[in-house]
Amino acid sequence: MARKLAGLAVTLLAASFVIFGASYAAPGDPVTFLAGGKENLTPEYLAAVRAQYHLDDPFLVQYGRWLGGAVSGDLGRSLQYNDQVADLLAARLPSTLALVGCTAVLFTVLGVGLGVLAAVRGGRVDAAVVAGTTLATSVPPFVVATALISLFGVRLGWFPVMGGGSLWHLTLPAVTLAVGALAVVSRVTRQSMIEQRELDHVTVARASGLSERLIVVRHVLRGALGPIVTMCGLVTAGMLAGTVIVEAAFGLNGVGSLLVNAINTHDFPVTQAVLLLMVTAYILVTTLVELVQPLIDPRARRPA
Amino acid sequence: MTAVATLPPSTARPLGHHLATAFLAVVVLAALFAPLVAPYEPDAVDFAATLAPVSPEHLLGADQSGRDLLARVLYGARTSLVGPLLLLAIASVLGVALGTLAAWRRGWVDAVVGRVTDVMYAFPGLLFVVLVVAVFGNGMTTAVVALGLAYAPTIAKYTRSVAVAECGKPYIDAYRVQGMGGLAICVRHLVPNMARPIVGYLVVLFGEGLMSLATLSFLGFGAQPPSSDWGLMVKEGQPAVVQGAFLPVLVPGAAIALVVVSFNVLGVRFADRLGVRGS
Amino acid sequence: MLLSVEELTVEAGGRRPILREVSLTVGRGEIVGLVGESGSGKSTIARSVLRLLPQRARVSGRVLVEGDDVLAMGPEALRGLRSSTVSMIYQDPRSSLNPVRRIGDFLTERMVHTLGRPKAQARATALELLAAVGMRDPEARLRQYPHELSGGMLQRVVVAAALAAGPSLLLADEATSALDVTTQAETLALLRRVQAERGLGMLFITHDLHLAAAFCDRVHVLYAGTIVESRPAKELFADPRHPYTQGLLACTPDLGDPRPIRPVPGRPPSLDDAFDGCPFAPRCPHATGRCESARPEPVTAGGGAAACHLLEP
Ligand SMILES: Nc1ncnc2c1ncn2[C@@H]1O[C@H](COP(=O)(O)OP(=O)(O)OP(=O)(O)O)[C@@H](O)[C@H]1O
Ligand SMILES: [Mg+2]
Repeated sequence: MARKLAGLAVTLLAASFVIFGASYAAPGDPVTFLAGGKENLTPEYLAAVRAQYHLDDPFLVQYGRWLGGAVSGDLGRSLQYNDQVADLLAARLPSTLALVGCTAVLFTVLGVGLGVLAAVRGGRVDAAVVAGTTLATSVPPFVVATALISLFGVRLGWFPVMGGGSLWHLTLPAVTLAVGALAVVSRVTRQSMIEQRELDHVTVARASGLSERLIVVRHVLRGALGPIVTMCGLVTAGMLAGTVIVEAAFGLNGVGSLLVNAINTHDFPVTQAVLLLMVTAYILVTTLVELVQPLIDPRARRPA
Repeated sequence: MTAVATLPPSTARPLGHHLATAFLAVVVLAALFAPLVAPYEPDAVDFAATLAPVSPEHLLGADQSGRDLLARVLYGARTSLVGPLLLLAIASVLGVALGTLAAWRRGWVDAVVGRVTDVMYAFPGLLFVVLVVAVFGNGMTTAVVALGLAYAPTIAKYTRSVAVAECGKPYIDAYRVQGMGGLAICVRHLVPNMARPIVGYLVVLFGEGLMSLATLSFLGFGAQPPSSDWGLMVKEGQPAVVQGAFLPVLVPGAAIALVVVSFNVLGVRFADRLGVRGS
Repeated sequence: MLLSVEELTVEAGGRRPILREVSLTVGRGEIVGLVGESGSGKSTIARSVLRLLPQRARVSGRVLVEGDDVLAMGPEALRGLRSSTVSMIYQDPRSSLNPVRRIGDFLTERMVHTLGRPKAQARATALELLAAVGMRDPEARLRQYPHELSGGMLQRVVVAAALAAGPSLLLADEATSALDVTTQAETLALLRRVQAERGLGMLFITHDLHLAAAFCDRVHVLYAGTIVESRPAKELFADPRHPYTQGLLACTPDLGDPRPIRPVPGRPPSLDDAFDGCPFAPRCPHATGRCESARPEPVTAGGGAAACHLLEP
């Protein structure tokens, strides 16, 4: 456990170093880069930027200051909005989290459902589920997004096309994100259930007269839960990055579209902050997934 | 999705393969002979034809500036196919070199390559590429190179696993006994012997690479106007959707989806043949 | 008759059937042994009593439990049979229990979900049963997971679960093979005790002929899916008639027995070995030309029957 947490800290530190150090990899003087890379900058403005980022300090000191600030919630000021980055993030985060939450519910319910269906029914249903979900994964999310907007947003008018705020607005974006995740979730569910189904204790349960439905729920699915939870967790963690595409496609005001705007306007402090947030969340969620395993499988618990 | 969802599931497996092969052949030919077959120049603006529907003049309609969508999608096949090829080339040169090195030297080299890979994996999805784009600016070159860098660890990891198995085979020792240098063995024997599984793996990655690159273009980080890259075409066509004109997004969107689907249909089988393990 | 298997033949794609015209009976309060090498089809017999046969198996013959044909009954009747009339105990207790559920769940599951008893009552019964099979501190056991118990304790749990529904027939498929000698003895004593207390019929499957002879009333010897000898246990042990049974007895060492150990020559037949005559002929020291060509029919011998040409009058 301690080793795992240490490894987590090291990876996080390395990732944050990459994110911070990236500004120094840019061609030219970091000042012009950090100032937004525009040509007609007054010397006074450049001096202000230089002072704001303490660019005259040694590199590691700057990194330490940035990291310390980030840990304590001070992510610097946005060049574009002239606002605290932390405030910007706080304003955008709820809508992104809501999107990720809706998506997670959707793909978990549908993906696990389809996987169970494929494993239990087998034959044609199985083939159809595998083919259908694989096909769905082969279509890039932004294409799915535009197709859904065209069909349900404009042609049928069932859902709002752009903007956010309500669950109604989140439906199409969440469906878009979930479609891409269905294949991997249903495949893991199916595979894991098929493995569990072959185990002796399932036959024992069947021999004791338990109905097939109860066997599937109480033994096969329960036994398959470990890999399913892991996969759903990993997909959810990766979804944070997926919001970038979907928020851009649906014009949602979330963290993802903040990142796209920040890059297009050369707002590097915001870029850094969003990346750091997403990477941190990703690493935390993946670690969390490992930590819940003992709750699912008592054999993974340490003897008290 | 409209065209995609009706593709036959795997019950019609041979038919699916034929369709996929035929479609990809058409796309490659279109990319090669775009100037000959395209009815217009891809950037020929004609405001009289703004958002034209399907008609004999514009077989697939036209976009907001009246540019013929068929011509654009045909020309777009070039960037959309060459881009993934280039990024895979970059990724495989880097990845195969690192993976072979890690497997050959083991010890600390292996550990360092492993740690670098771990850090890269800490960036979910396209975030590493987004960081590179943020630093070096938008553009197709940046996007391709960044994606190449991002794919390299995956290939390195795969190469390493293949190479470790290969290094255990007796012929490697035989060459060593003959006094051949490590570099020579790797370049002349080890890597060529791993070519089959690695190429198979690259085929599997191609569809994903195409998707990633199109996504970057869609976000505005990759191809820039007036390019007719498919991802960019979807982005540029989006405003028209609200006006009820679907062709500007559906045409390039369907092109991407169909190419990726075809590639995955064929890739899986191809990879099986070449003996790609557990990808 | 409690259990009556009549001319049971099971085929599952091999060159010979897994079981060929097997007939045996188990009465109330009787322990019947079933002995044979690995792959001879012992488990398949036990599983066919619960109709747990391979998916695409072709089955003929009848398996009657209390007069009803298991192979022909409807799904409801089959579930009733599995849940309340017949219980099975398996070789490896550790793989018989779901590793992620508590012992208590395992014990009460059948009572609650198939017999429809209230939870509290099922729990009380589970506690009684655990005490009956000699587990100390049953309360605590109910909350434990399988990996926290030893193999012997788990087998007690499995026996308790088998008794939960108050069955009349117990199928013990190598129930003690995976245990060490002392726990084996304890489990055997336990089985014998509950069998006698409840007057159960029991089909006791083992590959140990000595054990079967000591534990059972009657013993069937199975070879390549056919029963080659069926005799009362004591007589079988004292005077085996079929050459295979003789071979089996000769290849287990006995304390103070100066005879050398003689393993049965050759290897056990697989499903790909088909036979025109006696399946044991290729390994039989007394085989004649007739043994290779004609299948022997069971003939009465020493209080039972044996299928061997040498015994034919
Ligand atoms: N599901 C199945 N499909 C096909 N063949 C099977 C199946 N189950 C068992 N068999 C075959 O049936 C034969 C008898 O198997 P069975 O398990 O009844 O033997 P056994 O006497 O119990 O052996 P053991 O002592 O190893 O438990 C074996 O050759 C086995 O390969
Ligand atoms: Mg068996």
